[in-house]
Formats: sequence, structure tokens, C-alpha cells
Amino acid sequence: MEAPSRMTFEYAPAPESRAVVDIAATYGLFIDGEFVEPIDGAAFKTINPATEEVLTEVSEAGAADVAAAIAAARRAYETVWSRMSGRERAKYLFRIARIIQERARELAVLESLDNGKPIRESRDVDLPLVAAHFFYYAGWADKLEYAGLGPNPRSLGVAAQVIPWNFPLLMLAWKVAPALAAGNTVVLKPAETTPLTALLFADICRQADLPPGVVNILTGAGETGRLLVSSSGINKVAFTGSTDVGKAIQRSVAGTRIPVTLELGGKAANIVFDDAPLDEAIEGIVNGIFFNQGHVCCAGSRLLVQESIADDVLDRLKRRLATLRVGDPLDKNTDVGAINSAAQLARIIELAEAGDSEGAQRWSAPCALPDRGFWFAPTLFTGVTQAHRIAREEIFGPVLSILTFRTPDEAIDKANNTPYGLSAGIWTEKGSRILWMASRLRAGVIWANTFNRFDPTSPFGGYKESGFGREGGLPGLAAYLSNDEEAGSR
Amino acid sequence: MSDRLDVRKTYKLFVGGAFPRSESGRSYEVLDATGAFLANAAQASRKDARDAVLAARKGFDAWSAATAYNRGQVIYRIAEVMEGRRAQFIADVIDAEGASTPVAEQQVDAAIDRWVWYAGWADKIAQVLGSANPVAGPYFNFSVPEPTGIVAAVAPRDSSLLGLVSVIAPIIVSGNSCIVMASQARPVPAITLAEVLATSDVPAGVVNILTGDSAEVMPWLASHADVNALDLTGVADAELAAALEAQAADTVKRVRLSAPDADWSGSPGLARIRAFVETKTVWHPLGV
Repeated sequence: MEAPSRMTFEYAPAPESRAVVDIAATYGLFIDGEFVEPIDGAAFKTINPATEEVLTEVSEAGAADVAAAIAAARRAYETVWSRMSGRERAKYLFRIARIIQERARELAVLESLDNGKPIRESRDVDLPLVAAHFFYYAGWADKLEYAGLGPNPRSLGVAAQVIPWNFPLLMLAWKVAPALAAGNTVVLKPAETTPLTALLFADICRQADLPPGVVNILTGAGETGRLLVSSSGINKVAFTGSTDVGKAIQRSVAGTRIPVTLELGGKAANIVFDDAPLDEAIEGIVNGIFFNQGHVCCAGSRLLVQESIADDVLDRLKRRLATLRVGDPLDKNTDVGAINSAAQLARIIELAEAGDSEGAQRWSAPCALPDRGFWFAPTLFTGVTQAHRIAREEIFGPVLSILTFRTPDEAIDKANNTPYGLSAGIWTEKGSRILWMASRLRAGVIWANTFNRFDPTSPFGGYKESGFGREGGLPGLAAYLSNDEEAGSR
Repeated sequence: MSDRLDVRKTYKLFVGGAFPRSESGRSYEVLDATGAFLANAAQASRKDARDAVLAARKGFDAWSAATAYNRGQVIYRIAEVMEGRRAQFIADVIDAEGASTPVAEQQVDAAIDRWVWYAGWADKIAQVLGSANPVAGPYFNFSVPEPTGIVAAVAPRDSSLLGLVSVIAPIIVSGNSCIVMASQARPVPAITLAEVLATSDVPAGVVNILTGDSAEVMPWLASHADVNALDLTGVADAELAAALEAQAADTVKRVRLSAPDADWSGSPGLARIRAFVETKTVWHPLGV
């Protein structure tokens, strides 16, 4: 670290109060409008990854629980939800959106406790987007005939939804809001390490008087998810998570004709040209990879920087990373929180060590890390080649791999040289170059002179092995609708 | 009736704009609807499939970079050239399907008109499937459909021309390239169509037509890492369809599910176009 030549100001702790959340000692499964003990399941603990403190014990749904949840969803679909007018469905979703806004602070604190993400992000990014998603899709519920799927698009039935741990409540919103708006009922499995905001969402459904069985929430690990998506009584599978699990799901539904949406991994290129607005670009690079500890499928994990400015960009990045505040997720000054789990930390460490052993040069921000919990300092690798594992595999952590290029064509070739295709970034002041690059990048979301922006009206999803189908916008609604003409694509 | 001996045609594959025999040197006997000998068709192999993928990737690069207006013109040109060969297609469909002359005429006319219908779609897909998205912030945000890439397709068994055109046209209209397994028992109209495609300014490799056994060839395409999507429309064997779907998962290919008994007489709708496009969303800040 450079010797400080100027006076430095220390931050005083600014912790958000956790008194706003009330966590029960144990949680059952939310089936048919009530919490029930698992029939053939077990229980597991969920912890705060920043402290390793046990937060509570939740149920692990077994096969009979999955069957019960699907049966409840089927009953609700056939007797209530599919028969209800779109106008009434819309009002339920608007109610839910409003209750989320009312309980936003509680949800944000609980999210940061269970996930490890900074309160600044759960409060200012996750929760506003969660409410906005319900608000957006609420308005679609009574306008399905305008969705471009013919005069009378139909709901699919019972949707089996499995979501990841990186944006627990936001991914719930991305799945549940369009499914319900379109007239489907859902059985949702939150991630093993982040079940708590989904369980609180069950209480929001109660407050909204949502009919029993329309939303069912099964906590559990991978096996619960596998049981759910391979069940016979479902009509739609929507999964967000790793590419490996996504492939297994696609295999498991082969021959069933069940429509599937997959939102999988990424290895996004964030491309910085020599004419880029560098101050903004540095912030964009940092946001691209260190937002949410890099636990972001669309993270800008490969920085492609034009050779002529590479040294300058690297110096600026190091200076900026040295100012990032890593630590207590509930501290309002924290920029980078805890790694979500011991297993994920081990994965990040393993890939970073592969970066070392394959010859890339590691630099980590000089920051003190807490003694307890799971932590990884913001890290850069230079001297990275396209063959290195850290340039090819999704690290899903605060690790940036830096490569260089000379020409726009080379940037495109390197950016597209991946089996993934979720997102990409472009930094240049030249408008024609932005549009030229955007049309050639094989990725579903292109951020030009910005990064990691999300909105319910903006379709999100990948090319190639980053999955198929879109969430958000009209395509996100269409993923939960069918008509005779449209049937038959996956 | 002249006693002149007619000159028969050798039926070959259509790959990269050329008409090669199968690399395997194999052929199989094709019978007409009455059971009489009609032709020896090339029996495509794994190597032919791989060659077709290479050709399709080159075709994709050129075709997806063409303007939508240009793609529409080229597809309309296919209809023009087909119209000029209308009599030959009618004879082919009669031979292949055992159709009466009026039915064969109706099939050929519908196939030609289907190209015209899709030609008009080329420069409208982005307007119907794309959007400007009113995000809650100072950003300009829009979504456009882009072609998925290379689509490996199985044409219908029965509808040897109309079904085939109804599978190919929606794949290529958005800029994809394709490798199509023609009806195994009724491949001749597909080869005549290849001769039309070869003379209609369709870039080489955009449409590649293989004849033979799809149960033998499709697994190589379903597992090929450079194939982006499968169209299993013509797969009648449910087990084969499920096996191909499972193979597709290895590289997360998009799959249009089998529909062996599809009715091709009605309006096609947008479903087949939608199946093979990707939505790309672009963000840019607003500011001065």
C-alpha cells in the first residue's frame, strides 16, 4: 500500500439495526397456505456467512413434501387461480408489491444476514427491484391478450422454480411475479444457504390473503430441487443457477415436453477501449466484478482492456480497490460483504490458486478481513491468457481476470471465446463503435458505458451455455404462457 | 412418345452450396409411392454432418450479417425460382407422396407461397419481437431478436416439400443457418429444392440438406458443440427424440420439439421464428 501522504479519515461503524427482523427458531415448509412440518424430510441450519452464527433451522423437503406441494399448487390452479379474472390476479400482485415496499427494510436486513451481501446493496438494489418486478408483472395479469401470443394465451399450470443464493428474494420475484401474473401457480425452492427471505415472503402472501396453494415454498438442498423439477405433476420448469445443474435439468426433462427456462452461468467480457471515459469505466469495472462479492452470473469477470491504456487502467483499479470497504454486511459503509458459504469460498480459493499455478499474477486489495465468517479480498489477476482456467471458468467471486487486446476485432474474438453468453460490457465514447460491438457480441445483455443494471422491463438471459428463455419484460411473461401455435419449443 | 432414353439425375447431398456425394460412398434406394425404383439417394454419414456444420458456420457468418432487407429479397428469390420449376416440383411430389395432381399442385403452390410469406417477415421480426424498454432510470434500453446460430433440423417424413419448406424458412429468415435431414423415404423434392437454393443467391452454407437416416446422423449433430439448436419436427420415434433432447443438454442447445404429425396447411404463425432467435438487450446511459 502506498504511504498515505494526506490526512485520512476513518469511518465510524454505521450498523443497520437487526432488531427489525424476527427470526423464528425453526421453520416448516410453506404448503397450501400454511407452514407444515415435513412429511419425510429433515432439517438443516442456515447461518450468517459473515459470522458463522446459526440463524435458524429450516426444513428439508423430501419426496412426499414435494408431492404435497405440487398437489396443493395443482388444486389452487384448477379451483381458484386459473379461474380468477386477470384483474383480480393483478390486484393480488399489486398488494404483494406494496407489502414488499412496506416491509422492505426488514427484508433487506434479513437478506444481508442470510446471504452476506452489504445492506447498501440489499436495501438499494435488491429490494427496490423486487417490488418493481411484482409491480410490473401485476399490470400484465389482465392484459395477456396484448402479449403477442394471440388473442387467448393460456397459463401453463404448476411451475416448478428453483433459484440461487446470490439474489435470493430478487430471483424469487423474477420467478414468482410473471408466473402468477400469467395465471400459473408455483412451487418454489430457494437455495440451501439462503432460505429466509423466501420464508418471509410466505408471510407476505399470508398478509396479502393470497389463496392457499398459489405459492408454495419448499426449502431444501440440491436433492429437493432435483425431486421438484423431475416430478410428473408439473407444467413448467424455471431454473437459475449453475450451468452444470442446468444441463442436468435439461437432460431430466428430455422427452417430457415440459417447457423450460434456464438462466445459467457466465464469464462476461467487460471491454475497455482507449477512448473510454476512464473515471466512469473504473467504477464500472469495479461494479461489474465486485458488486455482490462477484456472486453474479452476469459479472464482468474478464476485463478486456486495450493495450495502450492497460497500465493506466491497472494503476487506477488498484487505487480504487484499496478504498473498498470489506466487512460487516450490515454496516452501511460496507462495499464488499461476506462470501456466501464455506463451499463457495473454497471454490474461489481453488480457482485463484489455479490462476497462480498457471502463471497469472495475483494482486489483492490490502484490507483486513474479519476473523470469523467467509471472506475473500477483492483480487485482480494480470498476465491472464485465454487458456487459463480463471479466464474460462466462472469463479463467482470477487476475482477479476485482466486480458488485453489491440483491435476491435480482437476484442470481439476474445469476448466471444467462451461457451457462455450472458452479458458483456463496452466502454468507449464512440457511439458507432458501441453499436458495432453490441451487434457482434454473442451475449444476451450488453451494457455500454454502464454495467450490472437491471429492470423489470428489461429482458435478461443468455446465449449459448448461459441458458435460454428470458426473464423480465414481455419475453419474461411469455415464458409462462402458451397458445396452441406457440407450443413445442424449449 | 419418343423412344429417346431419358437422362437421369444423380441425387446428392447439398453442403456449403455444392452437391457432394456422401463421404461414406453410401447410397440407398428410394422408391416412389407405387413402390417402383425412383433414385439412389446419398446416405449421409457422421463426416458429412461435420462437414455440414463447418459449412453452416460460414453460412451463418455471412447470412446473419446481411441486412434484413437483403435476406427478405433472397428468400423472395427462392419463391421466384421455385415458381419457374413448378412442374418439376409437382412431378416430384406426385412421385414422393403418391398425391393426385390437384393435391400435388396445391402442395407446391403452398410451398412457394410460404417462401413469399416468410420473405416478408425478414424485416419485420425485430419490430414485432423487439422492444424499447422503459427502465426506471436514465438509460436508453432496447431489445432485439438475433439469430441463434446453426440449427440442425429433421424435416417431416410425410410432407416432403411443404413440410420441408415450412421447417427451413422460419429458421433462415432471421439469419440462422441450418442443416436439414430430408425425409428419409421421400428425399427427392428436397434435392430439387437444393437446386433452387443453389441458384437463388442464398449464400453457401446457409441451407445444407442431408439425405439418409436421421437416427444415424442426428446424434452427431445433437452432440456437436458448434450446433446451437435442434428442430426435431420430423422425428417420429419418441425415444430418438428424447435421446436427442438429452444430448442437446450437453451444450444447452435450444430445442424445437418433435411434431411428426403436424398439419402444414394453416398459417404458420410466429412460433417457429421465435424458437430460433435470441433476445439481446442493450443499455446505454442518457446524459449530456
